[in-house]
Amino acid sequence: MHALVDQFFNVAIMAQAMPIMLRGLGWTLVLCAVAVPCSFLAGVLIAVLGTVRFAPVRWLMVIYVDLLRSIPPLVLLILVAAALPFAGIRLSPFAAVLLALTLNASSFYGEIVRAGIESIGTGQWHAARSTGLSYAQSLVHVILPQALRNVLPDLASNTLEVIKLTALASVVSFQELLYSADMARSVTYNSSPITLAALIYLIFLWPLVRLIGRLEHGVKA
Amino acid sequence: MTTDQPILEVRGLQKQYGRHVALAGIDLKIAAGELVFVIGPSGSGKSTLLRCLNRLEEPDHGQILFEGQDMSGKKNDLNLLRQRVGMVFQAFNLYPHLTALGNVTLAVRKVLRKSREAADAIGLAALRQVGLVEKAGSYPNELSGGQQQRVGIARALALEPKVVLFDEPTSALDPELVRSVLEVMRDLKRAGMTMVVVSHEMKFAREAADRVIFMAEGAIVEQGPPEEIFSHAREPRTRAFLSQVGA
Ligand SMILES: Nc1ncnc2c1ncn2[C@@H]1O[C@H](COP(=O)(O)OP(=O)(O)OP(=O)(O)O)[C@@H](O)[C@H]1O
Ligand SMILES: [Mg+2]
Repeated sequence: MHALVDQFFNVAIMAQAMPIMLRGLGWTLVLCAVAVPCSFLAGVLIAVLGTVRFAPVRWLMVIYVDLLRSIPPLVLLILVAAALPFAGIRLSPFAAVLLALTLNASSFYGEIVRAGIESIGTGQWHAARSTGLSYAQSLVHVILPQALRNVLPDLASNTLEVIKLTALASVVSFQELLYSADMARSVTYNSSPITLAALIYLIFLWPLVRLIGRLEHGVKA
Repeated sequence: MTTDQPILEVRGLQKQYGRHVALAGIDLKIAAGELVFVIGPSGSGKSTLLRCLNRLEEPDHGQILFEGQDMSGKKNDLNLLRQRVGMVFQAFNLYPHLTALGNVTLAVRKVLRKSREAADAIGLAALRQVGLVEKAGSYPNELSGGQQQRVGIARALALEPKVVLFDEPTSALDPELVRSVLEVMRDLKRAGMTMVVVSHEMKFAREAADRVIFMAEGAIVEQGPPEEIFSHAREPRTRAFLSQVGA
């Protein structure tokens, strides 16, 4: 019992690891702040392109979404980090992670937004177009605001997943929270930094999980 | 009230959905200030005709002329036609995320490119016209069906259209709410608005329509002044339909 506490809940070790972990947390937050908007906007674009009249564009979007949903994100990340240098493209760890996360998450966001757009009846399109709004204007001002509202819980859930996926960045040596914790672990021969990382994730993500619960409840009510 | 040149004209309008012929060649001239009433059994193509009139639906064949100008070309300015030819829907189709004023002003700002202040002034005037200025800040779900439909009419009017198309504007309404909407339409008629109305309100047709058109199977079967169609229809199909709906 004492060994367990010493190995996983060692307060002295945690305090020692805290500065490097806070820096790691900073990078995790930066990664989230860039990856979430990027993949969300890419997802909206994919969903919108999935509604155009020109069929080949629609097929392309289906293929993109299917493909990227079938590749495990960790595999995708290692692929991007390992394969691109052979093609002469050298990405920083941050850029590699951002690219892999965006590829993966945009496909999920895309599916969610597409469902949202499809949930809006043709009557709204007819009304908008009948007043002379263009296709793009109708989308931006009439369809998307309603569509996104209808799928808000799913969007929030996917955002939670994206945030958790940032921990994958540790495998390509990007110094985010998990990487920093693991570094502290290997220096101190003690796993308490990992516990601390878990606690930090918990503190940040639990409110989001609660929010999603409330959103899902709100939509059903 | 009528001039020589029709304000809106269609020639040989055809529309198919797969194998199903929705419009089998429609020829129609609508004079400025005229109120044309369109009746006919379900599936006869009335809504399709209206949607083709402002090219919400792309016809397969035929021409649409607005004030003598061909509007049916692929490259023609669609949004200009739609701005001139407003539309009011059976299910209102108000934007639920916008207030009544927001519904009315969206196209005024984005299509006519008015500033927010100018658009609000235009929007409030349109809402006043349908008797709903005091509801400008209400969302559609806070309005009765009749009020929602009047906002729908104001949304069309705010663009100062030359023609307004009504697709069963009162059939989603409880009977006691129908009157307020018909009242607005009556005012519009008095003000000289050109209107094409698909509706089952035969009483309204008798008093307000200049012409009644009976459609069946995508074609115009018979047309004439309301008195003639309602009391002396020549075609057996028209008489059968009228007795069926109890007119
Ligand atoms: N988008 C569409 N896709 C396929 N078929 C359609 C479409 N719109 C209309 N139709 C078909 O075209 C025919 C004419 O439809 P339309 O809605 O114009 O009839 P209507 O006279 O307005 O009928 P109602 O009185 O029921 O509104 C119907 O058989 C309908 O099923
Ligand atoms: Mg109809």
